[in-house]
Amino acid sequence: MINVIWLLLIVLAVVIGGVTGDIGKVTEGAMNGARTSVDLALGLIGFMALWLGLMRVAEEAGLVQFIARLVKPVMRRIFPDVPPEHPAMGAMLMNMAANALGLGNAATPLGLKAMKELQTLNEYKDQATNAMATFLAINTSDVTIIPATVIGIRIAADSAAPTEIIGTTIIATSCSTIAAIVSAKLLQRLKAFRVETEKNVQNEN
Amino acid sequence: MVFREIIETISVWAIPVVFFAVVVTGYIRKVKVYEVFVDGAKEGFEIAIKIIPFLVAILAAVGMFRESGAMDMLVRLISPVTGLFGYPAEALPMAIMRPLSGSGSLGLMSELINTHGPDSFIGRLASTMMGSTETTFYIVALYFGSVSIRKQRHTVPACLIADAVGLIAAFVVCSMVF
Repeated sequence: MINVIWLLLIVLAVVIGGVTGDIGKVTEGAMNGARTSVDLALGLIGFMALWLGLMRVAEEAGLVQFIARLVKPVMRRIFPDVPPEHPAMGAMLMNMAANALGLGNAATPLGLKAMKELQTLNEYKDQATNAMATFLAINTSDVTIIPATVIGIRIAADSAAPTEIIGTTIIATSCSTIAAIVSAKLLQRLKAFRVETEKNVQNEN
Repeated sequence: MVFREIIETISVWAIPVVFFAVVVTGYIRKVKVYEVFVDGAKEGFEIAIKIIPFLVAILAAVGMFRESGAMDMLVRLISPVTGLFGYPAEALPMAIMRPLSGSGSLGLMSELINTHGPDSFIGRLASTMMGSTETTFYIVALYFGSVSIRKQRHTVPACLIADAVGLIAAFVVCSMVF
């Protein structure tokens, strides 16, 4: 997908630039883009180092576990099919807490462990369970508290107020997380998305 | 306006509060705060360097696209539709890219911030959109792939509804606050 989009950007740029006359500016655009990338990434180093340093302290201090415990009561309601003391619940909680702190490297292994544990509760191994779908919808809606990379890029681009987007981001991401839970819960009831059991398939024939 | 003040207060206080909470909790829990911090900071350095190839790929291609005049054509083409809602046409490609590719949308966000300025409405909207959802298709493929699930049922529709809500919410909140 991204391959096609990238290809199209370049092909269209060369064709349209060639036809409308100013092909020299296309070269300039490529060079400026390349230079800006390095400027931004180098400018990003400071804040990313600062933030990930702090987040490593948060990890060692057990803040991931703390957040996980905080949201546990809510999670029990969102995942009624998962026994509260099952390892799947623990892994999902830890994954979300790590995501909330922006610890991508720590979050992914925890998320994969959560899927493995959810799979042990799954009766039909090749089909997603309701809990899996809800978990992934929440996960992809992004529960980050501080969007560190975005702030870093804003600092690199000389923003007068790099952090002014934290509040708007928290509101927007809360909306998407709520929408994730609601839509997963509603869609799981639809006939088109039900689990294909032998009984279901027989009734159909 | 009260809503606006709340958002601004959150934005101003978030980082100092997190710093305070983390460092104090760390100290109480007997973490060697300084040494652990430095160790973690190395990772931040690596991440910033690692994204350079992705940024170069996107910013160079979009730079060519913009300078050729193709971007203006695209904006003219979609602005009658986005204009109905007051949405800036320039930010639409990034909104579409967001669920498809993390590095792609980060590149597009960086390009928008660099071209229009981080403190412009488009710059703020792009920043908010970036943090409001995740790279849906990558995560779904990775997580389901890891347990060999073939039938994803309602996962992708639910994720995409959440993405759409997040992107629309980003626009609405930014319009209200900025």
